Amino acid sequence: MSGPSADRPWTFYVLGALFGAWLLFLYGPMVVIYVLSFQGPNGGVTFPMVGTSLTWFRDIIRPGQMANIPVAFGRSIGLAALVSALTVVISVAAGLGFRRRFPGSGVLFYLAVASLVMPSLLVGFGIGLGFQVLGLHPGLFTSALGAQLTWTLPFGLFTMFAVVSRFNRSYEEAANDLGATAFQRLIHVTLPILLPGIIGIAMGAFTLSYDEYARTTLTIGARNTLPLEIYALISSATSPTLFAIGTLTTTVSFLLIGVTLVVVFRMQRRRAAVVVKG
Amino acid sequence: MDVRFDVELVAVTKRYGSTVAVDAVSLRIPHASYCCLLGPSGCGKTSTLRMIAGHEAVSDGDILINGANVTLAPPIRRGTAMMFQSYALFPHLNCLDNVAFSLKMRGVAKAERHKRARGFLALVHMETFAERLPSQLSGGQQQRVALARALITQPRVLLLDEPLSALDPFLRIKVREELKRLQRELAITFIHVTHSQDEAMAMADMMVVMEDGQIRQAGPPREVFEQPASAFVARFIGGHNVLSGARGPIAVRADRCRLGVPNDGPHVSGRVAAVEYQGGMVRVALAMESGDEISALVPDATFYGAPVEPGDPATFVWSEHDTHLLASA
Repeated sequence: MSGPSADRPWTFYVLGALFGAWLLFLYGPMVVIYVLSFQGPNGGVTFPMVGTSLTWFRDIIRPGQMANIPVAFGRSIGLAALVSALTVVISVAAGLGFRRRFPGSGVLFYLAVASLVMPSLLVGFGIGLGFQVLGLHPGLFTSALGAQLTWTLPFGLFTMFAVVSRFNRSYEEAANDLGATAFQRLIHVTLPILLPGIIGIAMGAFTLSYDEYARTTLTIGARNTLPLEIYALISSATSPTLFAIGTLTTTVSFLLIGVTLVVVFRMQRRRAAVVVKG
Repeated sequence: MDVRFDVELVAVTKRYGSTVAVDAVSLRIPHASYCCLLGPSGCGKTSTLRMIAGHEAVSDGDILINGANVTLAPPIRRGTAMMFQSYALFPHLNCLDNVAFSLKMRGVAKAERHKRARGFLALVHMETFAERLPSQLSGGQQQRVALARALITQPRVLLLDEPLSALDPFLRIKVREELKRLQRELAITFIHVTHSQDEAMAMADMMVVMEDGQIRQAGPPREVFEQPASAFVARFIGGHNVLSGARGPIAVRADRCRLGVPNDGPHVSGRVAAVEYQGGMVRVALAMESGDEISALVPDATFYGAPVEPGDPATFVWSEHDTHLLASA
């Protein structure tokens, strides 16, 4: 008996090769950076590798040129956490609210998602300009926070629509039937059932904020977040330290995404076989 | 206050925009009875059930439960409990916590509510599944847990929305006996929505046939089957042939028709269109000159004594007192 591979058409191999090339294009540069970040102490920013070392990673925390990196990293994490929390609260509330049509809901929806299609640099510029006109000082937790929310909120709202559309309303009716108050219903039924989706929104907003550049750059004020700090470094100095920073920050992102995926996957597998019928 | 009735509907109406889903329905369901709301889809039976449960606002009219007007009361204040078609077991809670949910909402301490929940799981023979999540149960097991979760609120009226539709046919008959047994033992009213006339006839003390948002006939299944009120009811509950008689439409039960020869009594002639062997009975379909078909259910022994084949000319006869006059629609 011949396996399925025996009669694959030639187009399979052409498209397969195309896909392979695309993967290489996508991940090749990143892999190069990861490899080069372990460059030996006498090596440069390009191949060949002159031995291997952790020199450039140590360079990040050594006082000197790179002194701002750890503190910028702290700022980025703090801002991302706050953006993530606000995005979750607002988009979950909005997503639940939008289940019912209300007067003006269409207009409100388009207003909310419009900032997703607006050029990000312009949004940042507008917010920065607005702060200046009003005589306010731009800052991490004011103008930069607002600028990032214009990006993460529409994303959170869209995700919430997808999450809510698969939510069976009879769970809530059952909670009512069993005497839950509106608040008890939210805490004990609606939110726990939506939790995998909500974690997804939190993580999505976190990573969007963590590497946001265009909106943040014009609204950040005096103290940089990590992406801005790295960008500044690229224009001033070039050493494998930059690669080491890239490797570290990517590791943080992947760790976050990995943990989230595992948590969500386990939650959903527990509930997977529940009969949900219309 | 008249409390002979567990549930009274007084001209209950449900409108969605300009469409009327339930049209001034009035119904009295006596104490501790098994009531089936029967009808084709879109007839308003589920809307009626949901209005009794309090999950759907009433547009007009009143709902009384045990003599108290509950039209505007929230579900929990009505003395009703509902078992949903999809069961709606909370996927993140195990069986025990699902059953104990209503007690938790009322602030009953954990040990006490788990003890009582175990009692109700035992009532539906699910005590060994207490720690399982709903996703780890079969459809039939989920249904039992949903039943326990509804009964723990000690309702006067249990509302069941197509409770058997998700089960396979063998299980359906078993569960139907069990529901009936529970209803008798608990001595409360069950209102069961179904589109299956078999189910309704097998289970109901009171069968309510609905069409177009209105009740077409309500009564004990035997009464409905023996004296269908209209052509719609006769057709919907099955087992009847609807014919036009001299004084308007008539219904004749299929099992009262026999193969015979034209005589002075009521009869129709035509050609045999189909013969279906059904075990104890054989169903013979006859195409009349008008093009309509009528059926006869003939005992197998009688049929094979003088069998007919599709295409044969044949005559169905029945006795005069089996002709049931229908209200002209």
